[in-house]
Amino acid sequence: MTMTLIADAPVDVDAEGFLTDPEQWNEQIGRAIAAENGITELTDRHWLVVTFMRERYLATGTAPSIRSLGKESGVPVRELYQLFPKGPAKLAAKIGGIPKPTGCI
Amino acid sequence: MTQLLEHTESLTGEPKTIEKVAIVISKGSLEGIYPGLIMANGARMEGIEADLFFTFFGLDAIRKDRWEKIKVATVGNPGMHLPTLLGALPGFSALATRMMKQQMEKIDIPPIPEFIELVADSGAHLYACKATVDMFGLTINDFVPQVEEIMSVGQFYEEAAGGQIIFT
Repeated sequence: MTMTLIADAPVDVDAEGFLTDPEQWNEQIGRAIAAENGITELTDRHWLVVTFMRERYLATGTAPSIRSLGKESGVPVRELYQLFPKGPAKLAAKIGGIPKPTGCI
Repeated sequence: MTQLLEHTESLTGEPKTIEKVAIVISKGSLEGIYPGLIMANGARMEGIEADLFFTFFGLDAIRKDRWEKIKVATVGNPGMHLPTLLGALPGFSALATRMMKQQMEKIDIPPIPEFIELVADSGAHLYACKATVDMFGLTINDFVPQVEEIMSVGQFYEEAAGGQIIFT
Protein backbone atom coordinates (compact mmCIF):
# COMPACT_ATOMS: atom_id res chain seq x y z
CA MET A 1 0.00 0.00 0.00
CA THR A 2 1.32 3.42 -0.93
CA MET A 3 0.15 6.96 -0.47
CA THR A 4 -0.29 8.98 -3.63
CA LEU A 5 -1.92 12.18 -4.85
CA ILE A 6 -5.00 11.89 -7.09
CA ALA A 7 -6.79 15.09 -8.10
CA ASP A 8 -4.68 16.88 -5.45
CA ALA A 9 -5.99 14.63 -2.68
CA PRO A 10 -3.75 12.25 -0.73
CA VAL A 11 -5.09 8.68 -0.97
CA ASP A 12 -3.89 5.18 -0.11
CA VAL A 13 -3.76 2.84 -3.10
CA ASP A 14 -2.73 -0.77 -3.71
CA ALA A 15 -0.15 -1.87 -6.29
CA GLU A 16 -2.74 -1.64 -9.10
CA GLY A 17 -4.06 1.77 -8.13
CA PHE A 18 -7.28 0.75 -6.32
CA LEU A 19 -8.11 2.91 -3.31
CA THR A 20 -7.81 0.89 -0.13
CA ASP A 21 -9.97 3.24 1.96
CA PRO A 22 -13.30 4.15 0.27
CA GLU A 23 -13.69 7.06 2.71
CA GLN A 24 -10.86 8.94 1.01
CA TRP A 25 -12.77 9.03 -2.27
CA ASN A 26 -14.58 11.91 -3.95
CA GLU A 27 -15.97 12.50 -7.46
CA GLN A 28 -12.90 14.43 -8.64
CA ILE A 29 -10.75 11.44 -7.71
CA GLY A 30 -13.15 9.22 -9.67
CA ARG A 31 -12.83 11.44 -12.74
CA ALA A 32 -9.04 11.48 -12.50
CA ILE A 33 -8.85 7.67 -12.24
CA ALA A 34 -11.25 7.33 -15.20
CA ALA A 35 -9.13 9.66 -17.35
CA GLU A 36 -6.01 7.73 -16.44
CA ASN A 37 -7.75 4.55 -17.63
CA GLY A 38 -8.83 5.91 -20.97
CA ILE A 39 -12.32 7.21 -20.07
CA THR A 40 -12.06 10.93 -20.68
CA GLU A 41 -15.69 11.72 -19.98
CA LEU A 42 -17.84 9.98 -17.39
CA THR A 43 -21.44 10.05 -18.61
CA ASP A 44 -24.57 9.59 -16.49
CA ARG A 45 -24.52 5.92 -17.52
CA HIS A 46 -20.95 5.53 -16.24
CA TRP A 47 -21.92 7.18 -12.97
CA LEU A 48 -24.93 4.91 -12.60
CA VAL A 49 -22.60 1.89 -12.66
CA VAL A 50 -19.90 3.46 -10.49
CA THR A 51 -22.41 4.58 -7.87
CA PHE A 52 -24.11 1.19 -7.84
CA MET A 53 -20.77 -0.59 -7.34
CA ARG A 54 -19.73 1.76 -4.59
CA GLU A 55 -23.03 1.69 -2.71
CA ARG A 56 -23.25 -2.08 -2.90
CA TYR A 57 -19.70 -2.40 -1.60
CA LEU A 58 -20.31 0.02 1.27
CA ALA A 59 -23.53 -1.79 2.21
CA THR A 60 -22.35 -5.41 1.95
CA GLY A 61 -18.55 -5.33 2.09
CA THR A 62 -18.18 -7.01 -1.30
CA ALA A 63 -18.38 -5.65 -4.82
CA PRO A 64 -21.24 -7.05 -6.95
CA SER A 65 -20.57 -9.71 -9.60
CA ILE A 66 -20.84 -8.83 -13.28
CA ARG A 67 -24.05 -10.85 -13.24
CA SER A 68 -25.77 -8.74 -10.62
CA LEU A 69 -24.25 -5.60 -12.08
CA GLY A 70 -25.97 -6.45 -15.37
CA LYS A 71 -29.25 -7.35 -13.68
CA GLU A 72 -29.57 -4.72 -10.99
CA SER A 73 -27.57 -1.62 -11.86
CA GLY A 74 -29.97 -0.60 -14.63
CA VAL A 75 -27.23 -0.98 -17.25
CA PRO A 76 -27.32 -4.24 -19.26
CA VAL A 77 -24.14 -6.34 -19.71
CA ARG A 78 -23.64 -5.40 -23.34
CA GLU A 79 -23.65 -1.69 -22.49
CA LEU A 80 -21.42 -2.25 -19.45
CA TYR A 81 -18.68 -3.46 -21.77
CA GLN A 82 -19.23 -0.51 -24.12
CA LEU A 83 -18.87 1.92 -21.22
CA PHE A 84 -15.89 0.12 -19.68
CA PRO A 85 -14.20 -1.91 -22.44
CA LYS A 86 -11.29 -3.00 -20.26
CA GLY A 87 -13.55 -4.74 -17.73
CA PRO A 88 -16.65 -3.08 -16.21
CA ALA A 89 -16.53 -4.49 -12.67
CA LYS A 90 -12.84 -3.88 -12.20
CA LEU A 91 -12.79 -0.41 -13.71
CA ALA A 92 -16.01 0.79 -12.08
CA ALA A 93 -14.60 -0.34 -8.73
CA LYS A 94 -11.39 1.55 -9.36
CA ILE A 95 -13.20 4.73 -10.39
CA GLY A 96 -15.61 4.37 -7.46
CA GLY A 97 -12.77 4.18 -4.95
CA ILE A 98 -13.43 0.67 -3.65
CA PRO A 99 -11.02 -2.30 -3.52
CA LYS A 100 -10.55 -4.56 -6.54
CA PRO A 101 -13.40 -7.13 -6.82
CA THR A 102 -12.17 -10.57 -5.89
CA GLY A 103 -15.01 -12.79 -7.20
CA CYS A 104 -14.65 -15.06 -10.23
CA ILE A 105 -17.98 -14.08 -11.79
CA MET B 1 24.46 -7.71 -31.76
CA THR B 2 21.32 -5.68 -32.25
CA GLN B 3 19.25 -8.81 -31.91
CA LEU B 4 20.99 -9.71 -28.70
CA LEU B 5 20.26 -6.30 -27.20
CA GLU B 6 16.60 -6.48 -28.16
CA HIS B 7 16.36 -9.89 -26.59
CA THR B 8 17.80 -8.61 -23.33
CA GLU B 9 15.33 -5.76 -23.36
CA SER B 10 12.35 -8.05 -23.75
CA LEU B 11 13.51 -10.06 -20.77
CA THR B 12 13.76 -7.07 -18.49
CA GLY B 13 10.67 -5.24 -19.81
CA GLU B 14 7.14 -5.17 -18.43
CA PRO B 15 5.71 -8.58 -17.51
CA LYS B 16 3.67 -9.95 -20.43
CA THR B 17 -0.10 -10.03 -20.09
CA ILE B 18 -2.62 -12.29 -21.83
CA GLU B 19 -4.54 -10.30 -24.45
CA LYS B 20 -6.68 -13.04 -25.99
CA VAL B 21 -7.91 -16.56 -25.24
CA ALA B 22 -9.61 -19.22 -27.35
CA ILE B 23 -11.46 -21.73 -25.21
CA VAL B 24 -12.52 -25.13 -26.52
CA ILE B 25 -15.49 -26.77 -24.74
CA SER B 26 -15.62 -30.45 -25.66
CA LYS B 27 -17.74 -32.06 -22.94
CA GLY B 28 -21.50 -31.98 -22.52
CA SER B 29 -21.88 -32.47 -18.78
CA LEU B 30 -22.55 -29.65 -16.33
CA GLU B 31 -19.07 -29.96 -14.83
CA GLY B 32 -17.62 -30.20 -18.33
CA ILE B 33 -19.21 -26.98 -19.58
CA TYR B 34 -18.95 -24.61 -16.61
CA PRO B 35 -15.15 -24.29 -16.38
CA GLY B 36 -14.90 -23.00 -19.96
CA LEU B 37 -17.73 -20.52 -19.41
CA ILE B 38 -16.22 -19.29 -16.16
CA MET B 39 -12.85 -18.81 -17.83
CA ALA B 40 -14.40 -16.98 -20.79
CA ASN B 41 -16.39 -14.67 -18.54
CA GLY B 42 -13.35 -14.13 -16.34
CA ALA B 43 -11.29 -13.21 -19.39
CA ARG B 44 -13.82 -10.61 -20.52
CA MET B 45 -13.96 -9.19 -16.99
CA GLU B 46 -10.23 -8.54 -17.26
CA GLY B 47 -10.62 -6.95 -20.67
CA ILE B 48 -9.17 -10.04 -22.39
CA GLU B 49 -10.64 -11.01 -25.77
CA ALA B 50 -12.37 -14.42 -25.70
CA ASP B 51 -13.47 -16.89 -28.39
CA LEU B 52 -15.45 -20.01 -27.47
CA PHE B 53 -15.37 -23.08 -29.71
CA PHE B 54 -17.91 -25.79 -28.91
CA THR B 55 -17.10 -29.27 -30.16
CA PHE B 56 -18.40 -32.84 -29.72
CA PHE B 57 -20.81 -33.05 -26.77
CA GLY B 58 -19.80 -29.54 -25.78
CA LEU B 59 -22.30 -28.53 -28.49
CA ASP B 60 -25.11 -29.40 -26.07
CA ALA B 61 -24.39 -26.13 -24.26
CA ILE B 62 -25.48 -24.14 -27.32
CA ARG B 63 -28.20 -26.44 -28.71
CA LYS B 64 -31.70 -24.96 -28.38
CA ASP B 65 -33.14 -28.35 -27.48
CA ARG B 66 -30.49 -29.23 -24.88
CA TRP B 67 -28.94 -26.18 -23.22
CA GLU B 68 -31.59 -26.16 -20.49
CA LYS B 69 -31.15 -29.86 -19.78
CA ILE B 70 -27.43 -30.15 -19.01
CA LYS B 71 -26.76 -32.65 -16.20
CA VAL B 72 -23.94 -33.64 -13.88
CA ALA B 73 -22.26 -36.90 -14.93
CA THR B 74 -22.79 -39.24 -11.98
CA VAL B 75 -21.42 -42.33 -13.71
CA GLY B 76 -17.77 -42.64 -14.66
CA ASN B 77 -16.94 -39.53 -12.69
CA PRO B 78 -14.44 -40.30 -9.92
CA GLY B 79 -14.94 -36.76 -8.59
CA MET B 80 -18.40 -37.78 -7.35
CA HIS B 81 -16.85 -40.17 -4.81
CA LEU B 82 -19.78 -42.54 -5.22
CA PRO B 83 -20.06 -46.19 -6.21
CA THR B 84 -20.76 -46.32 -9.96
CA LEU B 85 -23.92 -48.38 -9.45
CA LEU B 86 -25.37 -45.78 -7.11
CA GLY B 87 -24.68 -43.05 -9.64
CA ALA B 88 -26.55 -45.07 -12.24
CA LEU B 89 -29.82 -45.17 -10.23
CA PRO B 90 -32.75 -43.49 -12.00
CA GLY B 91 -33.04 -39.85 -11.02
CA PHE B 92 -29.65 -39.71 -9.39
CA SER B 93 -28.08 -37.47 -12.00
CA ALA B 94 -31.08 -35.12 -11.78
CA LEU B 95 -30.68 -34.94 -8.00
CA ALA B 96 -26.94 -34.23 -8.21
CA THR B 97 -27.62 -31.61 -10.87
CA ARG B 98 -30.23 -29.90 -8.72
CA MET B 99 -27.89 -29.82 -5.74
CA MET B 100 -25.02 -28.43 -7.74
CA LYS B 101 -27.21 -25.76 -9.33
CA GLN B 102 -28.32 -24.61 -5.86
CA GLN B 103 -24.69 -24.34 -4.75
CA MET B 104 -23.80 -22.36 -7.85
CA GLU B 105 -26.71 -19.99 -7.43
CA LYS B 106 -25.44 -19.29 -3.91
CA ILE B 107 -22.13 -18.05 -5.24
CA ASP B 108 -23.85 -16.15 -8.06
CA ILE B 109 -22.91 -18.47 -10.93
CA PRO B 110 -25.81 -18.40 -13.44
CA PRO B 111 -27.51 -21.45 -15.00
CA ILE B 112 -26.03 -22.44 -18.38
CA PRO B 113 -28.48 -20.59 -20.69
CA GLU B 114 -28.09 -17.37 -18.72
CA PHE B 115 -24.33 -17.87 -18.59
CA ILE B 116 -24.13 -18.30 -22.38
CA GLU B 117 -26.06 -15.04 -22.78
CA LEU B 118 -23.78 -13.34 -20.27
CA VAL B 119 -20.54 -14.30 -22.03
CA ALA B 120 -21.99 -13.43 -25.45
CA ASP B 121 -23.22 -10.04 -24.18
CA SER B 122 -19.81 -9.42 -22.67
CA GLY B 123 -18.32 -9.59 -26.15
CA ALA B 124 -17.04 -13.18 -26.31
CA HIS B 125 -17.55 -14.89 -29.69
CA LEU B 126 -19.26 -18.30 -29.83
CA TYR B 127 -18.60 -20.84 -32.57
CA ALA B 128 -19.77 -24.39 -33.28
CA CYS B 129 -17.35 -27.02 -34.62
CA LYS B 130 -18.12 -27.94 -38.23
CA ALA B 131 -16.97 -31.57 -38.03
CA THR B 132 -19.28 -32.27 -35.08
CA VAL B 133 -22.18 -30.34 -36.59
CA ASP B 134 -21.86 -32.48 -39.75
CA MET B 135 -21.49 -35.67 -37.74
CA PHE B 136 -24.71 -35.03 -35.80
CA GLY B 137 -26.50 -33.73 -38.90
CA LEU B 138 -27.20 -30.30 -37.39
CA THR B 139 -27.58 -26.84 -38.93
CA ILE B 140 -27.12 -23.31 -37.58
CA ASN B 141 -30.88 -23.31 -36.80
CA ASP B 142 -30.31 -25.93 -34.12
CA PHE B 143 -28.23 -23.47 -32.12
CA VAL B 144 -29.12 -20.59 -29.83
CA PRO B 145 -28.84 -17.12 -31.42
CA GLN B 146 -25.64 -16.31 -29.50
CA VAL B 147 -23.74 -18.70 -31.80
CA GLU B 148 -22.19 -16.60 -34.56
CA GLU B 149 -20.96 -19.22 -36.96
CA ILE B 150 -20.24 -22.88 -37.70
CA MET B 151 -16.50 -23.08 -38.13
CA SER B 152 -13.87 -25.60 -39.24
CA VAL B 153 -10.83 -26.26 -37.08
CA GLY B 154 -8.70 -24.35 -39.56
CA GLN B 155 -10.91 -21.28 -39.34
CA PHE B 156 -10.86 -21.57 -35.57
CA TYR B 157 -7.06 -21.51 -35.50
CA GLU B 158 -7.11 -18.44 -37.72
CA GLU B 159 -9.59 -16.79 -35.38
CA ALA B 160 -7.51 -17.76 -32.35
CA ALA B 161 -4.27 -16.42 -33.83
CA GLY B 162 -2.22 -14.41 -31.38
CA GLY B 163 -4.01 -15.80 -28.33
CA GLN B 164 -3.76 -18.65 -25.86
CA ILE B 165 -5.77 -21.81 -26.56
CA ILE B 166 -7.45 -23.52 -23.60
CA PHE B 167 -8.96 -26.98 -24.04
CA THR B 168 -11.63 -28.11 -21.59
